[in-house]
Amino acid sequence: MTTLMHLLFLTQRQLRALLRQPWYIAFTIVQPVIWLVLYGQLFQRVVELPGFHGESYISFLTPGVIIMTALFSGGWNGMGTIVEIERGVMDRFLVSPASRVALIGGRLAALAVVSIVQSVLLIALGLLLGARLGGGALGVATLLAGGVLLAVPFGALSNALALTVRKQESVIGASNFLLLPLTFLSPVYMAKDLMPGWIRTVTRFNPVTWSVDAAREALKPQADWAAVLARIACLVLFALASAALATRAFRTYQRSL
Amino acid sequence: MEWSGEEIAVVVLAVLGAAGVFNPRQVPAAPWRIEVVLELKTDMGEDGKMTYAIEVCELVKTYPGKIRALDGFTLAVKPGIIFGLLGPNGAGKSTAIRILNTLSRPDSGTALVDGMDVTRKPGAVRARIGCVPQKSGVDPEATGRENLELQGRLHGLRGRELAARVDELLERFSLAQSANRLARTFSGGMQRKLDVALGLVHRPHVLFLDEPTTGLDPEARAAMWDDIAKLAGEDGITVLLTTHYLEEADRLSACVAIMDRGRVVAEGTPERLKSELRGDAIQIELMRAAQDGVVRAALERLDGVSEVAVEGRALRARADHGATAVPPILAALELAGVPVAAVRVARPTLDDVYLRHAGRTFAQAELGGSR
Repeated sequence: MTTLMHLLFLTQRQLRALLRQPWYIAFTIVQPVIWLVLYGQLFQRVVELPGFHGESYISFLTPGVIIMTALFSGGWNGMGTIVEIERGVMDRFLVSPASRVALIGGRLAALAVVSIVQSVLLIALGLLLGARLGGGALGVATLLAGGVLLAVPFGALSNALALTVRKQESVIGASNFLLLPLTFLSPVYMAKDLMPGWIRTVTRFNPVTWSVDAAREALKPQADWAAVLARIACLVLFALASAALATRAFRTYQRSL
Repeated sequence: MEWSGEEIAVVVLAVLGAAGVFNPRQVPAAPWRIEVVLELKTDMGEDGKMTYAIEVCELVKTYPGKIRALDGFTLAVKPGIIFGLLGPNGAGKSTAIRILNTLSRPDSGTALVDGMDVTRKPGAVRARIGCVPQKSGVDPEATGRENLELQGRLHGLRGRELAARVDELLERFSLAQSANRLARTFSGGMQRKLDVALGLVHRPHVLFLDEPTTGLDPEARAAMWDDIAKLAGEDGITVLLTTHYLEEADRLSACVAIMDRGRVVAEGTPERLKSELRGDAIQIELMRAAQDGVVRAALERLDGVSEVAVEGRALRARADHGATAVPPILAALELAGVPVAAVRVARPTLDDVYLRHAGRTFAQAELGGSR
């Protein structure tokens, strides 16, 4: 109960700071907008290759870029933790009875809200660019959930790293090193059937793939919901495991003080 | 869409891995009730003996690179007073505070704060302490009021009680006018006041003030001193104040401990520590530079005068009773043909105390760091 209340207070704090600078969200989707507009145009005809299943490239790309944006939002989330450590806010919370779970949870809950807002904006842009998203409200809801369920675990891992290394440079390094490769080793830009064999093997173990697959499947007019749910379940477990790891990272942080 | 066994395997492994490292004890939840019972027991004290607000025994803390920040740190602080922990930068003051406020853990030794063991009952300790960190802990992206409200809520204050307490503190620290401004627009002095208010929201029993006036301009420092002086009087709480300003410790604390190289080298009231030193310092400015030997020969014959040293035009000596020693000293100097420009008799300072116990002056220690 205490943990839940603390989670509420700490989430509220994050969202309030965000509401004070709403342009921050616009800033975070500059890159995905470029991917959608330019990539979507440049690779328009790639869908003529066998392996794509008759949809337009922008319809294929939009959910992919949305999931990718969620991945990046999560991966960079640890930067905020480092700022909080440097400001001394983290230590103030740690010497108060604030629940450790809520300290991480508050960040992740706010991240989830940011991810949903980003996704909605990008869905609007995708539709404007001619994307067709079948699957109705449930399909779109699954797309949003897929984004959240990818942002949260990567956010947790990013926070765990931030608490462990306490250096902006390390979080920047790790994010740059991991996030783009994880994107290219997933079906965000390219249909699986057209990938070289080794990449196709790697994509199976990539949570980005689970999220993109779930979203694309749910957006089909006749979705295979069992497959969607299986992916979502995987993402939920991955998220829980990562959040537990991040909560544990507080101990590493405190030991190093 | 095909489903593959590998994907499931990966996730199961991830969950098992996290479950292995996830220790439910780390999650603060249920044990509050138990702690309340323990609190009653300790607060009453065993056999009616006085319990200390802070009781530290032989703390050791070593950082990677073999830096021994605390080396047998031992301390006992009576309740209801301002206790000054004094030492140069690097003496281990901040490490000591970080262990006492549960932020860090010692390698060995025990520490009780308000009767609670900091390593065994960190949750109970956190509920009873307030902390004003050396660097500010203010959230700059929230208003002064929001900062206080959140801190109060995390400590379990709600509703009208919370609102009243927040208003009271804003008023007391002259922040009421700026309460709804973002803290990032506050001046350094205002942020520091907000930091102290944050430490007090939940009426803690023990307040840690880690170098509260470092970086403040003289005016803000004087205001902060007033605020601190009121704490022990009005709120009746125990304050552990760390500082590397001798003047600050002398002025605010009922009792001080002097730290050097991770341990306490002297402890007592500022007055007692100073009176333990033999006599007063006599500083004489000569008209012109004199030879050390000549002056020493002239003065060391006098009763109760010792530690004579000349450096250019500055003459320093120590006398059991400064005031009565001055006339014979002046007479002796005149006889020796050393004309005097000015004389000053100084009561010993905490700097002298530090010099005696740590074997070097405060300024030297600051320059040399901890080792």
